[in-house]
Amino acid sequence: MKHISTIAKTERKSTVMGCGECQSSCQSACKTSCTVGNQTCKQEERINTTEKKTNI
Amino acid sequence: MRLITHSFPFTYKGETFYLVYHPYSNSLHSVDYKAYLVIKHKYEELSPQELADFSALDSADVLEIESEIAELEKQGLLGVDITFPYKKSDIVKALCLHVCHDCNLQCKYCFAKEGTYNTARDYMTEEVAKAAIDFLIAKSGSRKSLEIDFFGGEPLMNMKVVKFAVEYGREQAAKHGKEFSFTMTTNALLLTDENIEYLNREMDNIVISIDGRRDVHNRVRKTRNGADAYDLILSSAKKLRAVRGDKRYYIRGTFTAYNLDFSKDVLALADAGFDQISVEPVVLPQDNPMAITSDMVGKVLAEYDALAEAYIDRRMGGKWFNFFHFMIDLEEGPCIMKRLSGCSAGCGYLAVSPVGDIYPCHQFVGEADYRIGNVLDGTFDLAIPDKFGEITVNNKAKCESCFAKYYCSGGCVAASHYYEKDLLTPYGAGCEMMKKRLECSLGIYAVEKKFSK
Repeated sequence: MKHISTIAKTERKSTVMGCGECQSSCQSACKTSCTVGNQTCKQEERINTTEKKTNI
Repeated sequence: MRLITHSFPFTYKGETFYLVYHPYSNSLHSVDYKAYLVIKHKYEELSPQELADFSALDSADVLEIESEIAELEKQGLLGVDITFPYKKSDIVKALCLHVCHDCNLQCKYCFAKEGTYNTARDYMTEEVAKAAIDFLIAKSGSRKSLEIDFFGGEPLMNMKVVKFAVEYGREQAAKHGKEFSFTMTTNALLLTDENIEYLNREMDNIVISIDGRRDVHNRVRKTRNGADAYDLILSSAKKLRAVRGDKRYYIRGTFTAYNLDFSKDVLALADAGFDQISVEPVVLPQDNPMAITSDMVGKVLAEYDALAEAYIDRRMGGKWFNFFHFMIDLEEGPCIMKRLSGCSAGCGYLAVSPVGDIYPCHQFVGEADYRIGNVLDGTFDLAIPDKFGEITVNNKAKCESCFAKYYCSGGCVAASHYYEKDLLTPYGAGCEMMKKRLECSLGIYAVEKKFSK
């Protein structure tokens, strides 16, 4: 495409249902201003056992 | 069907990036100015200047861009939004264990009233800790990964019970086929070498409260006898960081009306050698002199922009660090169920007070109307978890057309309760800050992606 470049997208099919095994968002760091979109999927975590040193 | 797309400019070093975020697909598009105008005209509202620029576009360009938009719509990457169905769960998977309603600091902004939660200073017993763990396992159904956060007050003031709970939890986990993740939120004042060794070994995550610059911290966070504590806390936190390696930790600060220039506090923590940092807006009634009031929100948003620029500079300049509120995962991230339900306070996530009373989360502890039951006597009033289980972003009218809704899940339910007096109404100023942080996260992603090529 000439005008629009997609630089990121989520594979939705793998993220709709959920297994519930991930960390509760309020237990991660905040305790007051909860954010959910920055949490890591437990399934993904099991594949990548180390923390990503990127923008996540 | 609603059409939600968020088009916005993000500026770094004088260069403007035109970005289009599509919440439904969690996709991010980098576009030229012409496409920005056409997309924004289609899904949102143009400013007068943008409308003038749009009107001046060449029709051939517009047709070309519309064709690209149609292709992305066909792929589900632009325009479309549907309401994802939510499946309610009665499984409890996480407890915030208030092992101590007492604190060795007297922070002026403490929502827990110096650790007491408006009750008597109190310490959890081993009996209560045991009952809480038994309660969690019994309520966890098929869930394997369970969590306990040791919270207070100051949890290091009751290390005996922390150690008991960890040992008992691990023992019971093995019996029941569960896995416990233990975390602690501490002010670090009692971080002795022995405690550091223990916490480093047993805790999956350690959150240490430091507010940033020395004067900022010492102004609002004194010891019980009124002394400054910053230097001691920083020194202990550095010791823990030094042994922590790649294991999870956060340095977690709070900003108030006293330090609206909080980007300096974030950078001060990075300069002190920490690479996992979270600095968050204070939670206080609007009449408190330290509260972030609506007239201050503009300044806070500008500060996030300033922080984003400095953040990119540092990260690309070899001084990488992670800021909790600028984290985003656009390739995978949490599932839709989690994005809809958020923190799951009141149903999946509960808090237990030192005497065993159960509340929807740590911020509700001490509120009689929200007492769910008690882990010792086995009472558990299902009415409150049922009510909280219905709180999803789907049920919040204000969130319906918001581009951030799958990122914040409608925000903190306790903030809704305290600021808006309604569990389903998101805290207004919190929404503005959240949207700005999401824009910054997306902008940072785009800039780093461009320059990492």
